[in-house]
Order: sequence, then C-alpha cells, then structure tokens
Amino acid sequence: MKIPEGIKYSKDHEWVKMEGNLAYLGITDYAQDSLGDIVFIELPAEGDVLASGQPMGVVESVKAASDVYMPLSGTVKKVNNVLLDNPESINKDPYDSWMIAVEPTDASELETLLDHVEYKKLCAKL
Amino acid sequence: MKKTPLYQVHQDLGGKIIEFGGWALPVQYSGVLDEHHTVRNAAGLFDVSHMGEISVKGPEAGKYIQRIVTNDISQAKKNQVIYTPMCYPDGGVVDDLLIYKFDDEKYLLVVNAANTEKDYQWFRSNLQEDATIENISDKVAQIAIQGPMSEAILQKLTRINLADIPFYGFMDKIELDGVNALVSRTGYTGEDGFEIYLSPADAPGLWMKLLSAGEKEGLKPAGLGARDTLRFEAALPLYGQEISRDISPLEARLGIFVKLDKEVFMGKEALKKQKEQSPGRKLVGFEMIDRGIPRHDYRVRFDGKDIGYVTTGSYSPTLNKNIGLALLESAHAQVDKTIEIIIREKPLKARIIKLPFYKKRYKK
Repeated sequence: MKIPEGIKYSKDHEWVKMEGNLAYLGITDYAQDSLGDIVFIELPAEGDVLASGQPMGVVESVKAASDVYMPLSGTVKKVNNVLLDNPESINKDPYDSWMIAVEPTDASELETLLDHVEYKKLCAKL
Repeated sequence: MKKTPLYQVHQDLGGKIIEFGGWALPVQYSGVLDEHHTVRNAAGLFDVSHMGEISVKGPEAGKYIQRIVTNDISQAKKNQVIYTPMCYPDGGVVDDLLIYKFDDEKYLLVVNAANTEKDYQWFRSNLQEDATIENISDKVAQIAIQGPMSEAILQKLTRINLADIPFYGFMDKIELDGVNALVSRTGYTGEDGFEIYLSPADAPGLWMKLLSAGEKEGLKPAGLGARDTLRFEAALPLYGQEISRDISPLEARLGIFVKLDKEVFMGKEALKKQKEQSPGRKLVGFEMIDRGIPRHDYRVRFDGKDIGYVTTGSYSPTLNKNIGLALLESAHAQVDKTIEIIIREKPLKARIIKLPFYKKRYKK
C-alpha cells in the first residue's frame, strides 16, 4: 500500500496535493485497491463551487459505484478530462491520477486533514 | 458467515473474501477484469460449493419432479442434466435449478445457495408422491472450471475421455487424480466447461491439482465478480434479479423451459393464462448511448413515463460497453427503441438491443 509523504489525506481516502494556490485531488492507493478495476468516472465541471464533504464525483468499479467527497471546500479550476477515457490509470497510478484541481476557499481546512503517518494509522485499523 | 471447504485455500492464495448470501467467498483474485478475460480466452476456476444440493429418490421421484418444475423431464435420459425454473401456483419463481438424472428413481437437484433452505422446505411441503427428499448440501463441495481450455486441463487428471460427456451431460464416480467426483459439462459463464461435485474433504486437494495442471494453459482462480459479469454477458438469469417471486419465467425470456403441454405442474394455470394474454412485462437487453453504467434497480423511462427497471447492469468487459438487462412493459420491449435509464437522477439514453450480448460458445 503506497502512502507517499508530503501530501495530505482525508478519512474518506482522498489525497490532496498543494501546488501553488491549487489543491490537486485524487483517491488513494487504499481506495483504488478496495474498489477493484475502475471502469468509469464522473467529474464536476470547471467553476463548480463545492463544500467540504460534498460529493465531487463518482468512481465506478465493475461491481459498484462510489461517491468521491471533497476533502476541503473550493472552486473547481481544472478537471482532468483525460481520466474519463482512461479510468484504469487510477488503479495503476492513484497518486498521478489527479481528478480535479480546486482553489481552496479556506486554507485552514488543509490543517484538518491527515498527514501520511496519521493516514497510515487509519488504514492499519481498517 | 458459512465457510466453504475451500475457505482456507482462498485465504492462502490471496482471494478477496466478501459475504455473499450468508457465505464467505472470494469476490476476486487477480481482479474482475483479468479473471473475466481469462475465462473467455483460457480457463478460470471457481468455488461454487455454496450451491445447494438436494437428492430425490424413490419409485415416484421422476413423477414428483415432473409435477413441481416447469420443464419436461419425461424424455430425460440417464446422465442428462436439465435446466428448469420452478414456480409458485401464481407463476412467480421459487428458484431455477439443474436436475441431474441418475436413473428413474434417483435425481440430484442443484439450487441457488441463498434459496437452499427455502427450496428444501418447498420440496418437502409439496411432496405427495412416493419419494424421499434430502438436503445434502453440507456433504457436497463444488468446483467449476470454465473457459475454452477447460477440457484440455481437466483431461490431464482423468482417464475418462471427457469428450464423451456431451453438453448438459454428466458422469458419476469419475476418478480425478485419485479423487472420486461427479463431472458435468455445465456452467454459468457462456463458455465450455465443467462443474465438479465431490466430497468437501477432497476439495482443497483437487483445487490445487487443477491449478497446477492448468498452469501452462493459463488457468487462474476466479471469484464471484467475474462469475457475475460472465453470466450477465451471456444473458443467463440470476435469481433475485432476472427471476424472482414476482417475475415469471415467461417474462424473463425463459419460455422454452416452460412446457405448457405437460399434463400438470405447479404454476401451469397461471403461466398458461399469462402466455395466452401475453405477459405484461418482458426482459430486454440494452446498451448505453450516453455515458453511464446502469445498475440493478435503476428506473427506466420512455417519454417521461416509468416503463420498468434494470435487473442487472454493468460494464461489459468483453464488449467494452455499458449494458444492461431490464424488465419493461411489453409494449416498449422493441429492439432499437431508445429508452432512458435514470442514473443518479439523470435520464441517460440507451438503446434496446438483441440478446444475448455475448454468443455462448458451448461445445455441443
């Protein structure tokens, strides 16, 4: 199970990577492994304003559909549309497969997220 | 959760265990897609020990079964397997099952795992003939080997010429590398293959022998996930989805397994009436035009009106499309018609297509 250092994690198994003023979001290695083969995703539109905890997209494996939740509040600035045709890349490279980039509404929300040590502990308990 | 005799083997080999109908079984090993393609192109090994086995013996065993199921077993020969629905008096389905005929006085019925107890009670409460019924599920393990390489792999373990077992035929007391088993050319994937019934104590050993015998041919263990996508592409019904207490076999396109010219059987009057008036609902296949994966229970609409629901929907690994089976009002069940599937509250376009999605490749 890969849990890289230097990025933040949510309890719902999303990762957050800050680059400049944008937060790139994706799902973790643990999440892709639990879902199995990902065959379909849905993403929000650029400009959507989403609150922390709100669904921002859907990831579907062969067996089931799962919501992906916003780990923080923000405005969608970029959408990784390439993933729509290659959802399997999330299985292969979950941390390179960012789904959207948002401009956070409240930078302090970042502090409420887990670091790699805390996230590792969370996964160990599951 | 009940465990099959192969539970420890699944754990040791890295199967991902889930709960299914009260049983702990692997949903996948290497991954649903990989296992699915392996079965279509080579062969896969499935633990189906959760299936229920009920023995029916006695002078009137045949007469009894003939009265309780919808298919006609009067012409069945020894060592033949017959697929049949079994109905309530109102035409709803109790279960669908396989009937193995040993001789006129001895049959084995193989039923869906989750229905085993219900079926057993049903069989007992409807018995009027001279026959005895026994639930032997706990004494029987079942392994399925499915895919075009199945025969070549299984042949390595036995002196019996497997080519002598026809489609829906079986041989009893076959020796598979020292293990005594019943082998039938049956399955639930749309591919050639075999189902092997044996003593629970022998199951782990045979599983490992099969895996090593099939290594060169690419045999892999497979789970419930691939079993479902495989049967779905071949449009084989699943109890609780395509057929149920509330769906008749005529609605579910299983009319050829309902022999209305039989003298008497449970559900005959209701099914005959349904056939004369033509059933109100019909199962159809469809493929998505818009982006989205249909799932079980999603609503289907046409022209703003609710016309039915999805019984099974999935991404199809073989066709690389999103497809589904839906039970629709008969008037709307026309090939090429554009319908709407409600996915997360959005109506998305789909087209009704011919079934099956995948042409079965049985060896007949």
